[in-house]
Amino acid sequence: MEKRKNQWKAWIYLLPALVILLIFTVWPIINTVRMAFLEDYNALAEVGGTVFHFGFGNFTRVFNPYGGFLIALVNTVLLTVITVPISTMLALLIAVALNSIKPLRKIYQTIFFLPYVTNSIAIGMVFSAMFSIIGGGQGVRPDSWGLINSIIRAFGGDPINWVNSTINWGDGILARSRFANMCVLVIYIVWNALPFKILVLLGGLQNVNKQYYDAARVDGTSRARIFWRITVPLLSPMIAYVVITGFIGGFKEYTSVVGIFTDKMGPVGANIYTPKDNLNTMVGYIYQSLAASEGYASAAALILFVIIFAVTMVNMYVSKKRVHY
Amino acid sequence: MDEREQNAINNPQVKRYATHTERAVICEVRIERPASQTQPVLESKPARAKSGAARTSAVVTGKVMGERDIAAVAKRQKVGKVFVQAGIYLFLTVVAITVLFPFYWMLISSFKSMAEYNLYTPTLWPKQFVWGNYLLAFTSDLNLGRLFLNTCYVGIVSTILSLIITVLSAYAFAKFEFRGKNALFAALLATMMIPGELFTVTNYMTVSTFKWTDTYRVLIVPFLVSVFYIYLLRQNFMQIPNELYLAAKVDGTSDFKYLWKVMIPLSAPTLISITILKMMGSWNSYIWPSLVTKKEHWLVTVGLRNSNVFTDAQGMVNYPAQMAAVMLVTLPLLLVFIFFRKYIMRGVSRSGIKG
Repeated sequence: MEKRKNQWKAWIYLLPALVILLIFTVWPIINTVRMAFLEDYNALAEVGGTVFHFGFGNFTRVFNPYGGFLIALVNTVLLTVITVPISTMLALLIAVALNSIKPLRKIYQTIFFLPYVTNSIAIGMVFSAMFSIIGGGQGVRPDSWGLINSIIRAFGGDPINWVNSTINWGDGILARSRFANMCVLVIYIVWNALPFKILVLLGGLQNVNKQYYDAARVDGTSRARIFWRITVPLLSPMIAYVVITGFIGGFKEYTSVVGIFTDKMGPVGANIYTPKDNLNTMVGYIYQSLAASEGYASAAALILFVIIFAVTMVNMYVSKKRVHY
Repeated sequence: MDEREQNAINNPQVKRYATHTERAVICEVRIERPASQTQPVLESKPARAKSGAARTSAVVTGKVMGERDIAAVAKRQKVGKVFVQAGIYLFLTVVAITVLFPFYWMLISSFKSMAEYNLYTPTLWPKQFVWGNYLLAFTSDLNLGRLFLNTCYVGIVSTILSLIITVLSAYAFAKFEFRGKNALFAALLATMMIPGELFTVTNYMTVSTFKWTDTYRVLIVPFLVSVFYIYLLRQNFMQIPNELYLAAKVDGTSDFKYLWKVMIPLSAPTLISITILKMMGSWNSYIWPSLVTKKEHWLVTVGLRNSNVFTDAQGMVNYPAQMAAVMLVTLPLLLVFIFFRKYIMRGVSRSGIKG
């Protein structure tokens, strides 16, 4: 009797959560798949009575070379493939270094965690300010090359147009550079990704059994060998976790670009449809195409899901083979 | 749903949970252990390894090597160790400066006058402190005061409602037996795999159908349920011994009273973690608010990025004013971090990237 009484009680406790989940999680899953396969779907037109046909038209249209999705895909993959290894290696180095000191460790740990609790758009604006050239263009020389360029010039380098549109001051021109734009994004994303990775890896290091290191010490193993043969294998579950979440986060990159370049997704005046200028990401593409057709947005969202799912599966497969548990 | 939740499913701890309940509990307990209990293990092995080698040679040439030589070897080792440690500190300090520099630049720039900020050679300390930039953030069209109020309102209401829903669901999953419980819980966990963008497309249409666009409701309701928080709290609830529950039953305590008097106080740390992460989520949310609200209901992050008060007619950006606004948006986060560091790091290490 007690059991039956609890049965309906449990559902009452669950009711609020289930109602909201049904409306804002379950229905979207069904509806997004539906919209993705209805050609040129448009919600307003459907309310008006238009009937849409089943087909793969949204997907072929999304992959149209002039539509902007391919550029976004390339940008996203590039950013992910570059930033994940860099931030993971750096985080590993920092975690090992942190783990080998005692005084001041808490302070360093706190400092390294700081970027995590900040607003990625707000700090993106700070990075943008640090890299940008101030004034100039339309026949006027820039007032200042900006902070980072001033540092570069102090070391004898030439200023680089990191985040601005092309600056033409009459007797000189500094074209915008997609490569430089990407560099800024990579620096910012790595800066932003480090805290979480350091936290996880340091947590893993502190759980490693000391005996392995004692054994290595008795054998007189070198520091590098200890790192590659003991630290990395024993940390491999944590490294795999950090890499997988890094890939997922990378494929969903959006706010970092908005923070630095605004939601125009490129330097001022950049044309979003020219690959040279466009720094759009897949998530950015989904939101932009929402205005044109919910069908395209749904198709793009499904593609994003499939990519993330595939990357996760590949990562898990590789981890299963390589990760030492 | 935020990214944090989806990533939780990839967490080794979560994966293990899915297969072995008991082991997961052990796992959780292991993770709970404060960092201070474990010792650093990587203390300059080579130096000591070398000492082992040196000692061997000392034994071999025992007759030749006097006590003074051994002292010299020991001294040399010490010097080597100091060098390695110094290198490590140098490396960490360089990284720390790199991490801190943007904060420093934000701080000093917010006090500069525009003329000083635009100087050919940037200054690393304001020649003259200007407070007007901060005033501008509140008086200009940006209207930071309004943005703060909006965000606090949305943050507080959604945190309270979300806590209630999370506690109730976690309690149902932790302490009740009902048909389909495990299947339902597995299905909930599975939704964490799906990127939030997939929901956003339809949710955008749903809220327009409900005529919720440009209200506070639209910022609160769709994100009230977080599978990740339910999971987190359920794990916590399950660690509370069932004997307590049975004892309470014997005493005639109702389920609800037991939840209120025993479960919630015992899970306070997790609830605090959830509260902080949820509040920070409202503070940092950008995509959804910018999609579904107009200026009147903007949250801080949207206002900060989308307002054009910092750019004049010639396209010149008023960086000092912008940095003052950024500073005002960042400061509350830093304060929360300073006071609740433990809870934030605890929640984060089990969750994933930024939400």
